[in-house]
Amino acid sequence: MSGLRESLTLPAPERGERGLEGRWTRLALRVVEAGPILILLLLAAAMTALSPFFLTGRNLTNLGFQTSIVAVLALGQLLVILTRGIDLSVGAVVALSGVLGGIVAGAPIADGAGGGLAVIAAMGLAGLAVGAANGLILVKGRVMNPFIVTLGTLSIVRGLALVISDAETVTGLPAAVGTLGTGKLGPVPVPAVLVVALAALAWVLLARTQWGRWIYAVGGNPEGARRMGIPVDRVLMSVYVLCGLAAGIAGLLVAGRTNAGSPNAGQLLELDAITAVIIGGASFFGGRGSVANVVAGALIIGVIRNGLNLLDVTPFWQLVAIGSLVIVSLELDVLRGHLERRLKVGRAEASS
Amino acid sequence: MTALLEVRGATKSYGAVRALDGASLEVAPAEVVALLGDNGAGKSTLIKAIAGVHRLDGGEIAVDGRPVVLRSPTEARRLGIETLHQDLSLFDNLSARANFHIGREPCRPRWLGRLGLLDERAMTREWTAHLERTRTRMDDPDGEVGVLSGGQRQAVAVLRAVAFASRLVILDEPTAALGLREAGKVLDLVRSLPEQGVAVLLISHNLEHVAQVADRAVVLRQGRVVGQAAPTPDNHERLVSMIVGAHGSMAATVDEGGQ
Ligand SMILES: Nc1ncnc2c1ncn2[C@@H]1O[C@H](COP(=O)(O)OP(=O)(O)OP(=O)(O)O)[C@@H](O)[C@H]1O
Ligand SMILES: [Mg+2]
Repeated sequence: MSGLRESLTLPAPERGERGLEGRWTRLALRVVEAGPILILLLLAAAMTALSPFFLTGRNLTNLGFQTSIVAVLALGQLLVILTRGIDLSVGAVVALSGVLGGIVAGAPIADGAGGGLAVIAAMGLAGLAVGAANGLILVKGRVMNPFIVTLGTLSIVRGLALVISDAETVTGLPAAVGTLGTGKLGPVPVPAVLVVALAALAWVLLARTQWGRWIYAVGGNPEGARRMGIPVDRVLMSVYVLCGLAAGIAGLLVAGRTNAGSPNAGQLLELDAITAVIIGGASFFGGRGSVANVVAGALIIGVIRNGLNLLDVTPFWQLVAIGSLVIVSLELDVLRGHLERRLKVGRAEASS
Repeated sequence: MTALLEVRGATKSYGAVRALDGASLEVAPAEVVALLGDNGAGKSTLIKAIAGVHRLDGGEIAVDGRPVVLRSPTEARRLGIETLHQDLSLFDNLSARANFHIGREPCRPRWLGRLGLLDERAMTREWTAHLERTRTRMDDPDGEVGVLSGGQRQAVAVLRAVAFASRLVILDEPTAALGLREAGKVLDLVRSLPEQGVAVLLISHNLEHVAQVADRAVVLRQGRVVGQAAPTPDNHERLVSMIVGAHGSMAATVDEGGQ
C-alpha cells in the first residue's frame, strides 16, 4: 500500500466557502448573472402596471418589429465582443446593404423568378464583405485595435453607400424584402421569427460547437489560445465576418420596413447593438456573454422605448434611461468580478 | 541511444536583449531533466521554442535525431510534446474541464470539422480516465477556473500538460504557486511519467524539488548552458554557484556588471 500515491485534490467550492457568507456570495453571483432577464421581467411588469396597452397583442407585435433589428445586430456584435473586439461599422453596413439592394433590384439580374433572392443575397453579401474586410485588416494588418479599424470602415462604408446611391434613397425593392421587414405569421412578426432562428443558430455555435468554445477561449486569453494551438486569426476573422453578415441581414429588415434603401439608414444603430450586448451582461473585456442574455438586452432597450412611448414620455428621456442602464450593467460586471474574488479568497483560505 | 530531444546552439533575441546565446540541451527518452537558471537566464525562452510558441533566430531542434521546424504549438504537440507555460496557461472564463480539453475537443460528426458539436460524452470519458490514471480528485470540474485559488489553477494546468503528452512534458515552474502538500503531489506525478515512457523537462527555482525528481540538472545563464550535474544534495552548492555565476571568472562578473 505504501506505493500508492496520495491523490492530488482540488477541493470543492462548498468546502471553501465558510458557511452562510459563502452561500450568500454564491446567491448574489447567481442573481447578477441572471441580471438581464430579471431586469427585463421587472421592466415588463412595471410597464404592464403603468400602461393598459403594454400587454396587448398589438403592442407586443409592435415591440417585436421594433426590437428585431437591434437584436440581429446585437447577436453579431456579441460574437465580436466575446473576442475582446468591437464592430462600429454595422450601422453603416445597414445603409450599404439597403442601397445595394435597391440598385440590384433595378438591374437586369433581378428580373424573373429568382429576382428577390438575388437582391437578398446581394444585401447579405455586402455585409459579409465588409465583415471580411474588417477581419482581414485586423488580422493581416496587425492593427490590433478593432475600435479604430471599424471606425475607419464605418466612415468608408457610409461613404460608399452615399456614392453608389448618389445620396438618394433607392426604391423598388422586391416584395420578398418587404415581407422580411413587415410580414407577419399570424400575430408574430417575420423579423421576430428570424431573430429566434438566428439566436438559435448563435446559441448552437457558442454553446455547443468547438469553434464556439474557441471564440470564448480567444476572448478569455488570446496568447494562451495561441499557445494551445487554436487558430486565433481565423477565429477573429470568423466573428467579424458573421457580425458583418448580421449587419447585412439587419439592413434587409430596415430596407423591408421602410420599403427603400437609404444611404442615411442605420445611423447610430451600432451604438444600440453594443448597448444591447452590454445591457445583456456580456463583458467588454471579452470571454463572457450569452445569447439569451443579449436577446434580453435588446428586448430591454425595446421595452424602454416602447413603454416610454406608451406613457407619452418624450423620447429624450429614453436616451437618459438607456444610458443609465448601460452604466448599471457595467457596474454589475464589476460587482460580478468582486463577488468572484470573494469566493476565490474563501476557497483559498479553506483549502490551505 | 538517440536523444529524444536535442537543441543545438539556440539563439534568440528580443530587440536588443539576447535571451538565448547558443544554448544546447539534450533529453533522453524517459529522462527527467531539470533546467535551472536565475531570473532572466532564458529558460522560458528556450522552452517556448521547443513548444513551438516562437521560433529561434538560430540553432537547431531535433526530435528523435531528426531536425524539426516547429512553426506552431500544434506541430510540437503532434510530436508528443506538451508544455505547461509559466504564465497565461489557463482560460479564466472557462471551466476546469473546458480548460483541460481546450484546443483538442472531441467533436461529432467528423465531417463538420471545427463546426462539429462538442462530444460531451467522449470528453467526460477522457477526463475521468485521466483523473483516475493520475489519481487526482476534482470536485467542481464545471466551475470557472477564474475563481479557483492559485494552487488549484496550477493543478489544472499541470494535469492538462501531463495528460496529453506521449513523449515529453515541459513544465515551467509547475510548483511555484503550490503549497507543500500539493507541490509534493505534483512531484509524484512528475516521477511517474518516466514509467509511462514520457520524458520531462522541468524548470524550477526550488533545488529541493529538483533533487527529488530529476536525473540531471542543466544550468542556463545569460542564454548559455554553463554546466550540468546530478542534482544530489552533494552537488547543491555547485549548482547554486553555477546558477548565480559565483564560481566563474572575473570576466563573467564584469559581464553582469556591464549590463
Ligand atoms: N516577450 C519578450 N520581450 C522582450 N524581452 C523578453 C521577452 N521574453 C523574455 N524577454 C527577456 O529575455 C530574457 C530571458 O527571459 P526568460 O523569460 O526566458 O527568462 P527565465 O529564465 O524564464 O526567467 P524566470 O526565472 O524569471 O522565469 C530576459 O532578459 C527577459 O527580460
Ligand atoms: Mg521563466
